[in-house]
Amino acid sequence: MQKRIVITGVGLTSPIGNDLATLRQNLLAGKPNVQMMETRYMDPVPAGICDYEVTKYQTRKDARRGTRAGSISIYCANEAVNDAGINLKGMDTNRVGVFVGTTEHGNVETENEVANLKEFDYDVKYWSHHHNPRSVSNNPAGEVNLNMDIHGPHCCIGAACAAGNYGIIYGAQQLMLGEVDVAIAGGISEAIRTFGIFASFKAQNALGHHEDPNKTSRPFDTARNGIVVAEGGCLYTLERLEDALARGAKIYGEIAGYHTNTDATDFVLPNPERQAECMQAALKKAGMEPGDIDLINCHATATPEGDPKEISAIKSVFGEDAKTWINATKGFYGHAMGAAGSLELAGNLPAFEDGVVHPSINCDELDPACAMPNLVLNKAVEAGEIRTILNNSFGMLGTNAVLIIKKYQD
Amino acid sequence: MAMSKDEIRAAVLEIIEEIAPDEDIASMNDEEPIREQIGLDSMDFLDIVMELRKQYKVEVPEDDYNELRTLASTVAYLEGKM
Repeated sequence: MQKRIVITGVGLTSPIGNDLATLRQNLLAGKPNVQMMETRYMDPVPAGICDYEVTKYQTRKDARRGTRAGSISIYCANEAVNDAGINLKGMDTNRVGVFVGTTEHGNVETENEVANLKEFDYDVKYWSHHHNPRSVSNNPAGEVNLNMDIHGPHCCIGAACAAGNYGIIYGAQQLMLGEVDVAIAGGISEAIRTFGIFASFKAQNALGHHEDPNKTSRPFDTARNGIVVAEGGCLYTLERLEDALARGAKIYGEIAGYHTNTDATDFVLPNPERQAECMQAALKKAGMEPGDIDLINCHATATPEGDPKEISAIKSVFGEDAKTWINATKGFYGHAMGAAGSLELAGNLPAFEDGVVHPSINCDELDPACAMPNLVLNKAVEAGEIRTILNNSFGMLGTNAVLIIKKYQD
Repeated sequence: MAMSKDEIRAAVLEIIEEIAPDEDIASMNDEEPIREQIGLDSMDFLDIVMELRKQYKVEVPEDDYNELRTLASTVAYLEGKM
């Protein structure tokens, strides 16, 4: 790595907690939260829903005028900056950048407008003047800059379900290039506010279903039948190590390595060979061997096809009987899409402090094709010391992003 | 049947309250410019125009926007239109 980049603040909202401590507590306790949710045109669907306090950092007017994605981003960015102890008013905010990974943006806003237009017999004079600023691709990040009076660069990184990792990587790169001094980076998703994502997964036979919503998302289980869509967000403050040390910041972890690549084989189906290459390249950048990784967080979306492919990719890199601990997060609240990578990393970061590996839940009967020796299922494990985490995130159009975080040491 | 002045005033205030939910609408002065009292920008102002269109089928052409400057001028302008 060209420069040492560290995580100094965490801001998040998820269906199982609106701060890191609560998220971690529920992960360790094995407590999921998936609810049946009304959506347009369809029967109720299982979904991971966030209940953060919108007006903690936004006026009601701004929340009404902006988007849910913007609101989630604003909440996470403010929480991260506060957690990091960064005083934006006391610094040159031209040197602060906001980089938000998104699965997609604009579907929610467009669907809302079309539904509104239908009420007026599709007369376009009733189409909102807010549509363009709400639906531009940079909206979630730009709303953060507006809200926090930040004048450095902002953009969204569209990278499907790998976007959370992509956002962190992009933020780290901007720090390495010297473009910014603080990067507010990660991923968010408002996806549950669009019926289209549910309808499309359903049409693809990839929408999870179960009579108990909390048991719908079942990574690695033989009875897994698809994805639960969730909303959420997790943004970090990233800084160059020397800057963080100079101001005496708390350091959650250091970015040891990363890699991004593309399958170029299919619109939706993953390619384990490319996933393996992505993990190998991230290890190489980190200067590590597979045996140096203590914990792998799988992307594991609980689709019949995706989970065993990812496990086969892990086996090809780490070996059939690897000692590395392996977990996954989507059994708890589903797939938070653009937020998935960054949220799932957050859930594991406290392992650097407590040495505990949270489980993947809802696995009643392990699919033999998903079996690995140290796959942590249904109950947390006291692992001793965790010094390194490899975080997998993969998405449609064959995008892969692997991030390796290590415990900070001098 | 056409709405009375009081009814129009109440309808306009209801729209403004929806657009600016953080503001104290009750203390608004009828003769002072609306935008100066509750910090509405041009996009918020267009929301008033849109809601009048949606809720009361009243069209306010761009040339007439100045008529919506104060609460009193707005009520006077809308009288007979809704």
